[in-house]
Amino acid sequence: MKCKCSECDGEINVPKDAVNGEIVTCPDCGLEFELAIDEHGKCTLKVAEVVGEDWGE
Amino acid sequence: MAKVFSIIFDRTRWEEKALIKAARRERIQTNLIDAKNISFDIHARYDSESFGDIVLQRCISYFRGLHITAILEKNALRVVNSFDTSLICGNKLFTSLALAKARVPTPRTYVAFTPEAALDTLDKTGYPAVIKPVIGSWGRLVSPVNDRATAEAILEHRERLGSSLLQIHYIQEMVNRPPRDIRTIVVGDEVITAVYRSSPMNVWRTNVALGATTTPCPITHELEDHALRAAKAVGGGVLAVDSMESPNGNVVHEVNSTIEFRGAAAATGVNIATKIIEHLVSITKR
Repeated sequence: MKCKCSECDGEINVPKDAVNGEIVTCPDCGLEFELAIDEHGKCTLKVAEVVGEDWGE
Repeated sequence: MAKVFSIIFDRTRWEEKALIKAARRERIQTNLIDAKNISFDIHARYDSESFGDIVLQRCISYFRGLHITAILEKNALRVVNSFDTSLICGNKLFTSLALAKARVPTPRTYVAFTPEAALDTLDKTGYPAVIKPVIGSWGRLVSPVNDRATAEAILEHRERLGSSLLQIHYIQEMVNRPPRDIRTIVVGDEVITAVYRSSPMNVWRTNVALGATTTPCPITHELEDHALRAAKAVGGGVLAVDSMESPNGNVVHEVNSTIEFRGAAAATGVNIATKIIEHLVSITKR
């Protein structure tokens, strides 16, 4: 599946086995997106959260 | 009837995908819950109809995960790791207190609440030392302090950054170790595997997030003993115990609760995700 980057209009390849919440990166501008896949398999991209002070293990 | 496990996440990393696959192999139905999309009514009752037989807490955000776990445990739902374990492991000071209380060998550690008191402490305990944030991961803002001038600069920066958490000055002795530390994965009462995490050339910290490489580490009696005692000290669960090889033996400096294990799994070939799922299954049978 292919999606368009909202920042630079670059083409982002979404792997077939991608799951909800997975991060994909625009190969052109490097912006990170989080995948949202609905029950019909339709995929949308949301700009990913930036690393928080409390992120990690 | 097939078991149902909920996995609460806020970012799907390699580990979450491995856990989902492992659960499916065990014929366990997974209920994937994105923490960013849920809300709770604190007066409502939440039960296994909504959250399954057990909940695996996998939020990358410590506070988000901790608060959700609090809500679920108040509703008598089983969560791995528990609130108590997550609370302790997410805070380096709480972890150090638990390790010291359980007499697990750990680096000398001090805490001060103002820059002046932190400098006084460093003057007394000596340089070099390490200043770390009590909350945070991946080596973020972990700073070696080689002299007083560096300490003054770091403490001033911390004060100006404004975060209340950075006004808690957690100071640790600089352990004279090789350029690596050891990550030991503990699941329940068992040490699953261990890896060395070696820092790249000219990098001081040993976090995989900062480019450290992982290689298998033999599980000695000392390593196993310290890892199991450290895990028990923080309340047990699915944990990554980080330790260093000091001149006086292995010392545990951290216990991680929402563990990342991609590097350890690749280096050792151990299917850590399956071990975790098997552990959850065993809990549901109790």
